Amino acid sequence: MLVVIPAYNEQASVARVVLEVAAALPDADVLVVDDGSQDLTAVRAARAGARVLTLPYNLGVGGAMRTGYLYALRGDYDAVVQVDADGQHDPAAVPRLLEGLLTHNIVVGARFAGTGVYVARGPRRWAMRLLAAGLSRATGTRLTDTTSGFRAADRDAVRLFARHYPAEYLGDTVESLVIAARAGLTVTQVPVDMRVRAAGVASQSPFRATLYLARAVLALGLAGIRSRHALPPVERSDDAAVAERTR
Amino acid sequence: MRNEAYGLALVGAVVSVLLILELLRRRKLSEKYAVIWLVLGSVIVVLAVFPELLEHMADLVGIAVPANLLFFGAAFALLLVCLQLSAETTRLEDKTRTLAEEIALLRQQRDEPPSGA
Repeated sequence: MLVVIPAYNEQASVARVVLEVAAALPDADVLVVDDGSQDLTAVRAARAGARVLTLPYNLGVGGAMRTGYLYALRGDYDAVVQVDADGQHDPAAVPRLLEGLLTHNIVVGARFAGTGVYVARGPRRWAMRLLAAGLSRATGTRLTDTTSGFRAADRDAVRLFARHYPAEYLGDTVESLVIAARAGLTVTQVPVDMRVRAAGVASQSPFRATLYLARAVLALGLAGIRSRHALPPVERSDDAAVAERTR
Repeated sequence: MRNEAYGLALVGAVVSVLLILELLRRRKLSEKYAVIWLVLGSVIVVLAVFPELLEHMADLVGIAVPANLLFFGAAFALLLVCLQLSAETTRLEDKTRTLAEEIALLRQQRDEPPSGA
């Protein structure tokens, strides 16, 4: 299993998250994708024992995650778990996400789904409601926290996401689920606690919340009308291909 | 319209076609973008030489002032070109994104070769 931690200027928290994940999941490989940070994110992640991919410039969470999925595909990992670098995801919940992978291709760790304390109000709340309703319809399952970046993907989902993972704002969380559902993958959610961000603050001003709502509508609308991607065929490793040719 | 005005249009059309050809010659403009500009340039030349063509066409589509057909056509053509450029930018962004990912993967491979392989 590979734990992918996309990180953009998270030098304050990335090392702690890496150590925490390694302690909670001793068998997992930990990969930090440094999304073109200008600070010491890459250095601190490597010093904490993570493998580090450094993108030459900032691609956004979606770009960082696609790089992580590509790494997982080439390294032949059976599952990828995404954990945010700001420390809001508790690695102790990862086994519960993995349990969900036994029956589904993608598992989303969701706030609001029973445990944890997280309250959103106003436009942000409407945006979350709208996204939840739209994506529940698209995936044919009840989803309540669609923008959660705490998720697990199995081998089929990794194959799809290594090639088709949106880089646009909200695309990484919202459109990725639509792409998965349209490729025939199944999605489910499990309730998880979210902790207060270890560093930095979430944007909550009314203006930004409204902008967020508008972008959510756009992301969902675009995802709805875009043509579907088929699940890419299983790629064999170069060794297998060479063996085949020389036989 | 007086003859001098047509002369101005003709000069403009010829200059733009020559500019396109020069850019092409210096390999500063790839074929796929050149085609649309060459077509537009040729249309302007033809209209400048035979202004009555524009009047006929305006009459056909029911536009009273031929210049308005010209403005409509020009705006529409520019819109199409802008759209093509946006699509092209998107394609290039996709490509640079893929390259950025490959660079990150290669750099990691170089710095920490897989153990036990």
